[in-house]
Formats: sequence, structure tokens, C-alpha cells
Amino acid sequence: MSDEDRLSRVFAALADPTRRDLVARLTEGDATVGELAAPYAVSLQAVSKHLKVLEDAGLVTRTKDAQRRPVHLEAEVFDLMTRWIERYRQRAEERYSRLDALLDELQDSRAEEDAS
Amino acid sequence: MTPIQGTHETTIAASTEVPTITITREFDAPRELVFRAHTDPALYVRWIGPRRLSTTLPLWDPRRGGAWRMKNYAGEEEIASFFGSFHDVREPERITWTFTYEGEPDSVSLETVTFEGLPGGRTRLRVVGVVESFEIRDQILASGMETGVTEGYEKLDELLATQS
Repeated sequence: MSDEDRLSRVFAALADPTRRDLVARLTEGDATVGELAAPYAVSLQAVSKHLKVLEDAGLVTRTKDAQRRPVHLEAEVFDLMTRWIERYRQRAEERYSRLDALLDELQDSRAEEDAS
Repeated sequence: MTPIQGTHETTIAASTEVPTITITREFDAPRELVFRAHTDPALYVRWIGPRRLSTTLPLWDPRRGGAWRMKNYAGEEEIASFFGSFHDVREPERITWTFTYEGEPDSVSLETVTFEGLPGGRTRLRVVGVVESFEIRDQILASGMETGVTEGYEKLDELLATQS
């Protein structure tokens, strides 16, 4: 699988509102499929299907041995997403720092005009 | 008085309800001026593009129903071009426009830019961009990676490798 396929898999996994909600809830701690399914008006199977998509994308893992098989959020993958947003933010910040400098310059020249 | 650079934080919010990206930022300048820096083409090209690239506006008609086209160059080489329309331009408070990267001609972002006057001659800028799907929104967020893209992929590779 190419890098791009992997990346789109992560994005596709998070493109669904139920799956984003599952991920958000898992940031608070591990949970069983039953616990995760409780607030939704859908079947356990439907939630399992969503979890499978998240698992395939590498966003969650499930303990193999324990009876409860709790779902665990792979925080590092999730952090990676946050870092991507941070890079986007930095690019916007660079843009607006340039605008800051331009606005300063415009205000200085305006003040000079007023003074003369 | 020289305002200290970098004192105003740019914030980014990505909604989980609708595929939007919201950017907010404050400026130590009156909103008339911040607005003008968004509509005057001579001013706009001075801050919008990355520093290492030059920006040109072959078409720039900032009024209701007007169109725009923008190109980025590295030296003589064209790197990227963008186009869209001004849906509405209401001085000095609001600009609504569309934004398309020519490399992704089927994707369009509808952006609403608002300029809110704050006490002390300052301005709060808010940019809300909405696109067709969460997938496209997330791709746009990921496009901010630029040079970090390889590093990001490598890390993701490693993580995925340990889990399969």
C-alpha cells in the first residue's frame, strides 16, 4: 500500500461523524465495544464495523488476550493529525505576520502624511 | 510605538459537525486598513504568498460578482495557480469569495472573511472556509505539511508497520 493510500485511509476513517465521535471518546480512555455502543441508537455490529475501519487505519487497536478486549486509541497516530493541523496553522501564522509588517508600514506612512 | 511581532496567535478550528476550517487572528490596525490589505491588489500580493515565492494577480476584481486569478512563481517557474469569484465585498466588514486550486479543479472552498473592529484601533479577522466533504477538508489541512509531508508519511509508515 502506498503512503498516499495509508494517509487517505486515516482521513477516510475520520471523515465519518460516528467514527470521529468514537475517537473523541477514546481520548478519555480505553473502552469496550459495548461501552462505546451504549450512547448510540445503532447495533453492536454497526459499531464494530466502524471500529474495524478505525483499526484498519491504524487509529485504534484491540487487546487480543483479555476477555473484555478493550479498544485503545493509538494516540501517536492521532497526534500526527494534530501536528498536520499545527503545520497548517503555522503557514497561516507566517502569512499574517507578513500582514502585520505591512499594516505597520501603512500606518507609519499614514502618520507621516498626517504630520506633514 | 512598534508593536511586538508574534503577540497575536493565529487559531485554527476544524469542526466535527460541518467540513469547515475557521481561522481567527487579531491585528494592531483599524479594520479599514486590514480590509484594504485584502482588496488592494498591490497590497495583497505583498503578504498572501509564501515568502520564497512571488505572487501575481492576472485578474483581480474585488466587487460583487467579480472574479480573481492568482499565480505563484519560484523565479520564472510557475508553481501553482488559483482562481475564484467574489460573491460579495462589503467594505470594511465582510468579503465572501470562492477559492479553487487549479491542481484540484473540482474542489472549491467558499470563504467568508469578516473584519471586526476592536477597541484601540485593532481588528479581529475571522476566515470561515467550507468545502464539500470532510475528506477534502482534511486534505486541505494536510496540505499545510509542505516540507513536513515526507517526515509525516515516514512516521505514519513506522506506526502502521508496528501494528500490522
